[in-house]
Amino acid sequence: MDNNNILEIRGLKSYFFTEKGTAPAVDGVDIDIPKGQIVGLVGESGCGKSMTVRSVMGLLKYPGRVVEGSILFDGEEIAGLPENKLRDICGRDISMIFQEPMTSLNPVVKVGKQVRETLLVHNRGISKTEAKAQVIEMFRKVGIPEPEKRYDSYPHQLSGGLRQRVMIAMAMICKPKLLIADEPTTALDVTIEAQILRLMKELRDETGMSVLLITHNLGVVAELCDYVYVMYAGKIVEQAETFELFDHTAHPYTKGLLSSIPRIGQTEERLHTIPGVVPNLLHLPKGCAFCNRCELADKGCKGSSPELIEISPGHMIRCFKNAAGEAVASDASSAGVKAPGTGASDKAASGEAKKSESEAAEAKAEAFDKAGHAGEEGAL
Amino acid sequence: MTNDKNVLLSAEHLYKSYDTGKKDKQIHAVSDVSLEIYKGETLALVGESGCGKSTLGRTLIHMLPASSGSIYYDGKDIASMTDKEFRPYRRKMQMIFQDPYASLDPRMTVRDIIAEPIETYKLCKSREETTEMVLRLMDAVGIPGEFLQRYPHQFSGGQRQRIGIARAIALSPELIICDEPVSALDVSVQSQVLNLLKDIQKIYDLTYLFIGHDLSVINFVADRVCVMFLGFVCEISKKEELYESPLHPYTEFLLDAIPLADPHRRKRERKVLTGEIPSPVDLPKGCAFCTRCPYATEECRTTRPELHSIGDRQVACHHPLQN
Repeated sequence: MDNNNILEIRGLKSYFFTEKGTAPAVDGVDIDIPKGQIVGLVGESGCGKSMTVRSVMGLLKYPGRVVEGSILFDGEEIAGLPENKLRDICGRDISMIFQEPMTSLNPVVKVGKQVRETLLVHNRGISKTEAKAQVIEMFRKVGIPEPEKRYDSYPHQLSGGLRQRVMIAMAMICKPKLLIADEPTTALDVTIEAQILRLMKELRDETGMSVLLITHNLGVVAELCDYVYVMYAGKIVEQAETFELFDHTAHPYTKGLLSSIPRIGQTEERLHTIPGVVPNLLHLPKGCAFCNRCELADKGCKGSSPELIEISPGHMIRCFKNAAGEAVASDASSAGVKAPGTGASDKAASGEAKKSESEAAEAKAEAFDKAGHAGEEGAL
Repeated sequence: MTNDKNVLLSAEHLYKSYDTGKKDKQIHAVSDVSLEIYKGETLALVGESGCGKSTLGRTLIHMLPASSGSIYYDGKDIASMTDKEFRPYRRKMQMIFQDPYASLDPRMTVRDIIAEPIETYKLCKSREETTEMVLRLMDAVGIPGEFLQRYPHQFSGGQRQRIGIARAIALSPELIICDEPVSALDVSVQSQVLNLLKDIQKIYDLTYLFIGHDLSVINFVADRVCVMFLGFVCEISKKEELYESPLHPYTEFLLDAIPLADPHRRKRERKVLTGEIPSPVDLPKGCAFCTRCPYATEECRTTRPELHSIGDRQVACHHPLQN
């Protein structure tokens, strides 16, 4: 393990074993989070980004479970750790902020008490009065006005922005080494979003913690992240430093996402679109998962599944071509740089795809039909 | 405002408030709104959640009764009409809703969902004729005809929104209220639906009132933009002017808050708004925005600014920017 990384995920696979078949929600994912950095994990709904972090936190629910892979946190293997051991780490050293601040807070307990509880659970020796003082101090730090008064408020008495600040205070109170934020601003208004993003950056600068930011908003990534992973259908399809990713976008999916965003000052009459929808994980197309939506896809893309290959230092894509239309390396195994573990995972993945009866990737109506289920798949 | 354009719908001093159940306490959702929607344009209503944009949209098309004020549609006051008198106007104004999961009846087939308004208004003589019309509408929004007998849960969010659009255009309306039609969709699907909305606007000669909170989406669809805060109109401007040089300080903050998908512009100077939206129950005495506005003066705290014209733009601010 690289000592500079607070978290290293290697070959993580989390599958959902449903009545209709096995859905590879996370399919061989490698992620490194260096100390003190903000790392983004981007993708559309149903791509597996939330499931990846849920796997890390041990929060996967039946019928989903981690099938294989290693998760090293601060040099320690936490995959497969019994719940009580994992709980010692999660909450204290790893904290998580969820998307919906209303449903993640207990509506019948005062917010101050909820935050204090976290502190008391993880620091046995601390007295209640001392804990309260620390909570109020943390409330002040995250920008909650009149923290003494707010300590005794119930969640419904607070606005969405304030509730999210309470969630952040709760996540920060034990001074975690890693903060996982799952769509922290999606439910908030733009002006509040800007406040919360600024706050997260300030807290990182101040405490040196690492942040894994999960979002579907590439704008948020561009504003905040140091390094970005782009995920599609359970796999990382592109990863690079933020500037590199936006300046030299290489994967057709990332490129499609970026050009789908309406931009201010843009005068075109039409927006670029990616045809089709995210594929159903139970019926993934053979070969590259993106091939039936990709403009560059050819026979080779439909035949076998590409590996992650490095196209410039620190910039990796899972594609036989890149967005410029050049073939990068037709034989993935010849590419020298390969993250450990991905080879095996890909073999398994293509086997999975073969098993599914989705021969009909080309038949338009059929593909459309299956795509129709993608929405439900996302809810898994 | 003098303009040679045809006004399709206009509101004058429109108020809408909700009772809270407590005496003397009302939620002022829409306060003193006057605006005009021109034929064939897209007017966007922008603001943060709770600013009254959805309430205003619904009040304008008589889905909610106005508390006071008048609404003129083609020159006739529809605010004071009874439901029966309003009925001939109803089919001219349709709505597309935000949540494509909640706005379609899960127990009706696509055919029945789209056919319902056609049957209600008896536009077709026979069942076959209705189905034919449904198929034409499905084709127009890009849903293959073989899915006629499917149920909403068999479609993805983007496809459901297309069904909602087909239902809205079934009665060949003149005005469609689009209430956050793409907020629940993924980026790649959002752009498909936005393109579709633009296409059918051209084909069916529609006027849109587009309600949204994402200023980059608004920038793509709108001709003119109306910014709202706490039930009041802050500013109404042409899109280009609004984005280039906002008049109202609140507009400026909204524009600055948008996260840009360009890391090179990370270091740009951004004004970040502090504070939260005041309660719509106890409105500030002066300007609604004065508690959050860095430029607020004594005048702002005591007198409420009226919406007034600057050139062909309108702004409700005592100290509009660049003036």
